[in-house]
Amino acid sequence: MPDHPASSSDRPQSTVPMVRFAGVSRRFGSFTAVDNVSLDIASGEFFALLGPSGCGKTTLLRMLAGFETPDQGEVLLDGQNIVGVPPYERPVNMMFQSYALFPHLTVAGNIAFGLRQEGWTKAAIDARVAEMLALVKLEQFGHRKPHQLSGGQRQRVALARALAKSPKVFLLDEPLGALDKKLRDETQFELMALQQRLGLTFIIVTHDQEEAMTMADRLGVMHAGKLVQVGTPAEVYENPATRWVAEFIGEVNLFEGTVSGHQGGLASVDTKAGRLVVTRKDGIGDGQNVSVAVRPEKIDIVREPATGASNMLYGHVVDIAYLGDLSIYKIRDRHGLVVKASVTNKDRSASTLLHRGDEAWLTFASDAGVLLRD
Amino acid sequence: MAGPAKFDRWYRRAVIGIPYAWLIVFLLIPFLIVLRISVSQTELAQPPYSPVLDLSAGWQGLKDFFGALSFETFKLLFGDWLYVSSYLRSLTFAAVSTLILLAIGIPVAYGMARSPQRLQPILLIAVILPFWTAFLIRIYAWINILQRDGLLNDALLALGIVSEPVTWLATDTAIFIGIVYSYLPFMVLPLYASFERMDETLLEAAADLGCPQWKAFWLVTLPLALPGVIAGSLLCFIPIVGEFVIPDLLGGSDALFIGQTMWAEFFSNKDWPVASALATVLLAILLVPIVFYQAAQARTLERK
Repeated sequence: MPDHPASSSDRPQSTVPMVRFAGVSRRFGSFTAVDNVSLDIASGEFFALLGPSGCGKTTLLRMLAGFETPDQGEVLLDGQNIVGVPPYERPVNMMFQSYALFPHLTVAGNIAFGLRQEGWTKAAIDARVAEMLALVKLEQFGHRKPHQLSGGQRQRVALARALAKSPKVFLLDEPLGALDKKLRDETQFELMALQQRLGLTFIIVTHDQEEAMTMADRLGVMHAGKLVQVGTPAEVYENPATRWVAEFIGEVNLFEGTVSGHQGGLASVDTKAGRLVVTRKDGIGDGQNVSVAVRPEKIDIVREPATGASNMLYGHVVDIAYLGDLSIYKIRDRHGLVVKASVTNKDRSASTLLHRGDEAWLTFASDAGVLLRD
Repeated sequence: MAGPAKFDRWYRRAVIGIPYAWLIVFLLIPFLIVLRISVSQTELAQPPYSPVLDLSAGWQGLKDFFGALSFETFKLLFGDWLYVSSYLRSLTFAAVSTLILLAIGIPVAYGMARSPQRLQPILLIAVILPFWTAFLIRIYAWINILQRDGLLNDALLALGIVSEPVTWLATDTAIFIGIVYSYLPFMVLPLYASFERMDETLLEAAADLGCPQWKAFWLVTLPLALPGVIAGSLLCFIPIVGEFVIPDLLGGSDALFIGQTMWAEFFSNKDWPVASALATVLLAILLVPIVFYQAAQARTLERK
């Protein structure tokens, strides 16, 4: 987990959010793409809309850009309702998933396109284009046509073109989707550095949770048109609001059961894997059906029964995935329940300790599990 | 693996050979015949030109033949205003008609490309449908419409736009009407193909960058449809220059298209060399836009 020094909680909260969705819905025929979404995004924030394809995140972004009109609710930009304002009059710019570079214009022509619409003088346009080319390190490529560039270079042209007009809000629709893994990782950090330097509000739409967590100050997780959770990456990862969020973001083990009692700050849950003791959660009482969510990295594997552990499971190793930096073990208990536990390969010989078929005991602390209402 | 490789080679030769054979038989050889007649002299004989190659005279016959060829006919073409004006008339009509066709074809094709997906095949068929009727019949139909007591005058009189019948037939206007009507599909189809192919996110990108729709049409849509504009323009311009039937049936007799002049030389004056020379010069003139088209095509291919 990268740390997030710039999380929303330590940001000075201005009274007017840069972007506000107020009860926004958008329907296509009988399909509700966006369902009563309310969301505030602060000025200067790097916000990620995260969700699987078809969850409505792109529709929400397009409503901000002006390509979709909400059927209900208001979209406010810097305090102004912008519903009905055409896209070409909105001070927001978007980087399209396909980049949508104009194939008949050069790189410089593409970047200058938006500036020409505003009636800048030729000298001012030239200066701004040069500045933007330098920003994305494409100084040598101004005269090229988009088809003469690599995918990564095209992506940077799209970036420069959308940023040239210094929008109040910069929208990125799956900006890294077309890049290969290595370039994607590099570009993530470049985008973060750029956002900090320019101090603009960035809103990114992505289905890639790793991408969202790496870059964003805050995430909004969307599912079936609804905004299910908003928070910092750490909040969303460590305290998922629903079972769906827990499963969508990262790996998780879910133990279904019933709350059998409370003692102090702890709740006991009877599951098929035995009684688990985890931190209590407001609003969850005795007798309620719940799931206990435990992330694989919070589970320790030991070769003999541990004493004093809050929660212990016993089983046999059925599968080991060696990923280099860490190994993921799948352990099956006697009821057939498979639990995933990941171990950092800190020691070079760590991977040789456990083998398929070996007995193993799994332990995790009571605060490692999160209670989720079913 | 000699068998398949050999077969492959023959197959490739055959595939490449078919268009070449076609072009040699139906383009190159006829053109050489026309060229050979154009440098001959007219005769009242059979064939109506000289010299005639006498192969029985051997080497001397061949020398006599080539010695008798001359470019006199070409000098004649450029010395006589009749011929030059015919060329100019054809080229002017072709250029103006192409502009009118663009002005009508672009909105028609763009509207088709922006129509709902399920309507587009129907619209396409509607554009092609007139081809199912013979060209000559459609032109004769226009004679009917444009004549003094024709449909057009009836309509104009009924609507009170004119108070007495207007002369349409045998005017330049009639020629333009006939040409634009006949050639519109050739303009619309390549334009439609270009518009239809265009990525609509480019228009969203233009709007996002502050460009209203009407402006985006000029700055994005039309430049991207340029291959279609060029293809459609050439598909119309080139055959219109050589058009014979439309000016002959709908136009007046005071000024002639080059096709009509050629027809007159060939059938009325029986001057085959001059008719052939007219055809040769016309081909040379038309090569200019064709070469331009080829260069444009090469540029488009390079872009992909």
